[in-house]
Amino acid sequence: MQIELRQHTSLLRIGMAPISAIFAALILCSALIIWAGVPVLEAYALLFKGAFGSAFALKETFTRSIPLIFTGLAVAVAFRSKFYNIGAEGQLYAGALASVYFGTGLVSLPGYLMVPFLLLVGALAGGLLLLVPVLLKTRLKVDEVVTTLLLNFVVLLMVSYLIEGPLRDPMAMGWPQTASIVDEGVLPTLMSKGRLHAGLIVAILASVLIWAVMRFTVLGYEIKAVGFNAKGAEFSGVKINRTVILTALISGGLAGLAGVSEVAGLKGYLTLDLSPGFGYTGVAVAMLAQLHPLAVIPAALFLSAVYVGADSMSRAVNIPTYIADVLVGVSVLAILVSVMLTRYRIKWRK
Amino acid sequence: MSDLLDILLTAGFWAATVRIVSPLIFGTLGELICERAGVLNLGIEGIMTVGAMSGWMWVYQGGDLWGGVIFAASVGALFGMLHASFTVYLGLSQHVTGIGITLFASSLSYFVYRMLLPSATTPPKIVPFQNFEIPILSDIPLFGEALFNQSPLTYLALICVPVVWYVLQKTPIGLAVRMAGENPVAVEAQGIDVLAVRTGAVMVGSALMAVGGAFITMSWFDAFYFGMVNGRGWICVALVIFASWKPGKALMGAFLFAGLEAMQVRAQQSAGAFIPYQFFLMLPYVMSILAMIVMARRAQYPQALLVPFRRGERV
Repeated sequence: MQIELRQHTSLLRIGMAPISAIFAALILCSALIIWAGVPVLEAYALLFKGAFGSAFALKETFTRSIPLIFTGLAVAVAFRSKFYNIGAEGQLYAGALASVYFGTGLVSLPGYLMVPFLLLVGALAGGLLLLVPVLLKTRLKVDEVVTTLLLNFVVLLMVSYLIEGPLRDPMAMGWPQTASIVDEGVLPTLMSKGRLHAGLIVAILASVLIWAVMRFTVLGYEIKAVGFNAKGAEFSGVKINRTVILTALISGGLAGLAGVSEVAGLKGYLTLDLSPGFGYTGVAVAMLAQLHPLAVIPAALFLSAVYVGADSMSRAVNIPTYIADVLVGVSVLAILVSVMLTRYRIKWRK
Repeated sequence: MSDLLDILLTAGFWAATVRIVSPLIFGTLGELICERAGVLNLGIEGIMTVGAMSGWMWVYQGGDLWGGVIFAASVGALFGMLHASFTVYLGLSQHVTGIGITLFASSLSYFVYRMLLPSATTPPKIVPFQNFEIPILSDIPLFGEALFNQSPLTYLALICVPVVWYVLQKTPIGLAVRMAGENPVAVEAQGIDVLAVRTGAVMVGSALMAVGGAFITMSWFDAFYFGMVNGRGWICVALVIFASWKPGKALMGAFLFAGLEAMQVRAQQSAGAFIPYQFFLMLPYVMSILAMIVMARRAQYPQALLVPFRRGERV
């Protein structure tokens, strides 16, 4: 078996990569659906209907895609510079913590300032949390993958302590949760019915902004250069450590925004089950988007549809909801192969 | 301080340490073998989960305990093969593949568990491995009881350490594995297939990780819970760095961590009134990060770790 670089990679191939990966994942997972004894096409039709079939379903899919856009962006930016931030889950909770710390009465501002303020402190909290692994990496060469992963557990335990202790809402009938965000800090809902909130607009703006930064600014160029060839970038005068630290601040900040938007837009308060692994799913989002900031939006929508659709499918037929997580895992692996096939071809014989 | 001494002098503490250390030893040795061959295996967390589920399920479906261990190891090796075909044969990103394997393996475990036990609200139990008392040695006070009255899987873990060391350091296969992680071109020049060596190492390593997971459900506890591995895989990855990729040091590191965790559980009972329990639970994760900080400067990474090898390509 020989792997050969293609002379030319067409745009069509690049565009087809995630679509073929998704199809591959759906086909592979149909084995599990057959095992569950449900006709495959019917199951996927149910999934599709559950995600897009009604106005309610559509709103749920969009609502659920908001944190995934943020975490997907966070991972995409970081991976662009080959800084492997797998800690978006922890940074999401850091952002959420900051928003309930400042947003439950400590600070009072008018509505048009309060929401941006909460977004700002949330982003700062996420960025500051990621500052620890990035400084350990640039100063002491500690591998960031393991530190970011381990910090997820530390942050979650910290949240558990805070919502059972200092930040616990005394009015919550003994449930471990924080008090609610003040009215001025709540992200308004976009439609009269349903839970879809203004976090979506923030998320889309963030995607466009990150795309512009990556495309038109020196910083974006440097981030890509460091990821593409760190040694080469250094020779041409890019300060690698500075670039990686800035990347990390942006990445952590984006993940922090996911936490703020979940708290201020959806739940209102912070509990331990704020995120069912949005941070980890962010890796899948970013990979499906091939690390492109604008492509993160459809990728997040697709994975959110998988989750929302799988929920409703498993209520209708007897398939465990974990099928959604399996689909996410398989898509990560499938996209790796399909992206590779855009750049290389496999020759089975010499 | 006297509380601490009291803890250190109880046989229960040492027995708990030796129990807790077993999955860490399996996981750390498994990761160490993969990385020695030049492949970072971040699938470890998922592979431990799938090992925990499949070993337990084997026994729950009527199989015997050792059959369950072998089954878990085979499933682990299969996931290792998947990892290797991506990272070794196709040369794809080891980071992303590993995360993908973890997502896939753990969600598949939960899916299979729910498929086979759709309505189980309280997790059903199996009869786990019973402690096997080694005569005479287990009569030694304190340490004897801790070390020689344990589950057979714990003995297996302890035996694996010198075996892995011996194979890596003293046999031609071990040399090939280490060279594949240091200088694959030289291995190729010897006429040895680098890709096969790496694949073999990842499969064996993944099998060990899965047995580590199986220990949790088949010996430590007797049921499978969701989120049971709980970051132990990531701690093992940190331990490999802490151990500078050496099996003996890995054993020491694992014991240090297990001791800390056993201590933490006991300290919660005496100091729990002043310090919230979450801070005790944080200790292993924080210590893993600290351990990596301490060792990072001295870390002797295998030279070809993370570098895919393509035959015939110039370096």
